[in-house]
Amino acid sequence: MRIPLRLAGLSGVALLLTVGLAVAQDQKPGTDGTGDPKAVSSDDGKYVDKSGNPTFSIKPDGTVDYYTFSGYIRYTANCMPCHGPDGLGSSYGPALATSLKRLSYGEFLGIVASGKKDVNAAQTLVMPTFGDNKNVMCYIDAIYIYLRARADDAVPRGRPEKHAPKPAGFSKAEDQCMG
Amino acid sequence: MRMTSFKRVLATGVFLSSALIATGAMAQADLDKAIANPGEWAAPGRTFDLQRYSPLDQINASNVGKLQVAWTFSTGVLRGHEGAPLVIGDTMYVHTPFPNIVYALDLNNDGRILWKYEPKQDPNVIPVMCCDTVNRGLAFGDGKVFLHQADTTLVALDAKTGKVEWSVKTDDPSKGATGTDAPFVMRDKVYVGVSGGEFGVRGWVAAYAIKDGKEVWRAYSMGPDKDMLVDPNKTTDLGKPIGENSSLKTWKGDQWKIGGGATWGWYGYDPKLNLIYYGSGNPSTWNPGQRPGDNKWSMTIFARDADTGMAKWVYQMTPHDQWDYDGINEMILVDQNIDGKMTPLLVHFDRNGFAYTLNRETGALLVAQKYDPAVNWATEVDMNPSSPTYGRPKVVQKYSTEHGGEDVNTTNICPAALGTKDEQPAAYSPETGLFYVPTNHVCMDYEPFRVSYTAGQPYVGATLSMYPPKGDTNMGNFIAWDATKGKIVWSNPELFSAWGGALATKGGVVFYGTLEGYLKAVDAKTGKELYKFKTPSGIIGNVMTYTHGGKQYVAVLSGVGGWAGIGLAAGLTKPNDGLGAVGGYAALSNYTALGGQLTVFTLPQ
Repeated sequence: MRIPLRLAGLSGVALLLTVGLAVAQDQKPGTDGTGDPKAVSSDDGKYVDKSGNPTFSIKPDGTVDYYTFSGYIRYTANCMPCHGPDGLGSSYGPALATSLKRLSYGEFLGIVASGKKDVNAAQTLVMPTFGDNKNVMCYIDAIYIYLRARADDAVPRGRPEKHAPKPAGFSKAEDQCMG
Repeated sequence: MRMTSFKRVLATGVFLSSALIATGAMAQADLDKAIANPGEWAAPGRTFDLQRYSPLDQINASNVGKLQVAWTFSTGVLRGHEGAPLVIGDTMYVHTPFPNIVYALDLNNDGRILWKYEPKQDPNVIPVMCCDTVNRGLAFGDGKVFLHQADTTLVALDAKTGKVEWSVKTDDPSKGATGTDAPFVMRDKVYVGVSGGEFGVRGWVAAYAIKDGKEVWRAYSMGPDKDMLVDPNKTTDLGKPIGENSSLKTWKGDQWKIGGGATWGWYGYDPKLNLIYYGSGNPSTWNPGQRPGDNKWSMTIFARDADTGMAKWVYQMTPHDQWDYDGINEMILVDQNIDGKMTPLLVHFDRNGFAYTLNRETGALLVAQKYDPAVNWATEVDMNPSSPTYGRPKVVQKYSTEHGGEDVNTTNICPAALGTKDEQPAAYSPETGLFYVPTNHVCMDYEPFRVSYTAGQPYVGATLSMYPPKGDTNMGNFIAWDATKGKIVWSNPELFSAWGGALATKGGVVFYGTLEGYLKAVDAKTGKELYKFKTPSGIIGNVMTYTHGGKQYVAVLSGVGGWAGIGLAAGLTKPNDGLGAVGGYAALSNYTALGGQLTVFTLPQ
């Protein structure tokens, strides 16, 4: 498990992060890289699975929790230019909706914060370090929750049509983090 | 020497190449000689006017259907391949995306590699290249080949040996500045610009001495007058002096310092007027509410003195951009009859969906019309010289993302951020008087939000999703355009955005490549398809032609990528269509895969 060292330098980020980190495992039916995504509890509109990792909550009528919605917005602005729309990949970057079937929440955080380099004769894949980028790190759990929902086929492509209202504490945490 | 090449140029009658010596500086004899020879392709647009027209006619409308592949070459790089190779004498020069390899290929020997240049660049530059590691090609002159590397190193290579003659750093990639544009050589100078509008880079164009790489001038897109090389009294905007602090007045505080206006497009040059022409890109960020004002001079056509850099005139097409409609597309220079008068024109197909025809000497706006009927963000451009909004687009409120505001999704805006046309250059045929334009036919939803700036990090500030216009399934068109009237003459639908640069020829054939990988040849008069061949990967490169050993060849780079590869790889969706339609539009990944290949065509013996 990789620890996102750079996170410490960003005051406020912790507010939006959850503590429990799952270990990567082989995917079992109904699970993703972090395990069973089923939401067991929530705190101010943010859902967690039984291990305490952030997860999505989708109502039968398709209404998504606010974090899933916010994650779509932030993913599309910050990640889409390389990873393609809706986590589906591009000619440039891998499909994260597929990667998260395999990667755990902890590994995801580590890669986003520290970047990744895979440069060899066949390919030149380089992901920058986003640890200092507030536009990404202040919303990292939301981005994870959205991509987790995509990995589990819980939300379709495109902007979620209906979403839960913005949780009471969301704007405050956002303001503190963005500065 | 000078006289000889002067005569030769006159003899061929190649438009605009004829005035070799405008201000006394020594002409680059080898470049002028190569440009004057219809069998060579020595500059990105072939000629300084960027017409992408070849006077060759061995391959023509009656025989192009018999075209065959003559030889191929793998570049060894699997990324988006934009631009086109150069041919000078018996040598072809081929460039690649990052790591920016340059190959010199021997045309006398089936493309044997004469030399190869591969720079050592820090791979950390890769992720700061928005939308793929593309490079748009090389320039030639004074016995040297010029390359603007991803890491913003401008390098001059000995055309015979590939040895580095000089190199100079033009900007700082750690701040998000990258080099993707093809340099432009004119007489004793090499011109380049910078990419990085999505990283808050402040755009500039600079001229370097061809001999030693010494910077001669640098002109920013925004900021104080002295940084921009503008004269408040002499530089004009639609005929009127721009006045003092024309840029600073249109930004809040110091925002111009990270204001964008990148300059990653092509350069046109008129030797008679000694002016170079180019456009500046979008203002940073994509969230318009965060940067009040017109954000001058982003989204602007610049006409600058080639020797001093001083701007003669400017024209901002999209004041206070709210859609990412970069103004960097090429400026094509033609002389055409307009309103009964032969006029020196500049024709520009902008990302914003309007095609502009201006008098390139004065900067007067003559025609501004939509070149895709789907364009809806503005009704028209105000053409009334006495109107206070003269020259400005009439923005439709419901498509204004600024009016919608932060965290509001503004829907069904046409065109999408990739524009009705992106960097893929159009061509012009003096035979037909028409422009041949590869276009995108894609709309979008756009949702701006607050964003914070960190040097070297993306500074985007909006989310967007793209889809074809309502009721259509084609995401592109290849059109013929009359720039004097502002009208489409014919239009061929394309399944995907037409993202390959066009070539017009005296043979009455127009060539272009498609994202599925087809090289297509169509009749210049009617648009009728005469030939197509599927190359190994999608084409975002520009078609070129040359002769060798008395035979005409047509060449194009394949290698899908760029914005097209990112936006279209997975296919487009229309979120509000509901679950049933999701994935209903064609996915490019079902048609082609990554590649990097040059394909050269000719007629059978």
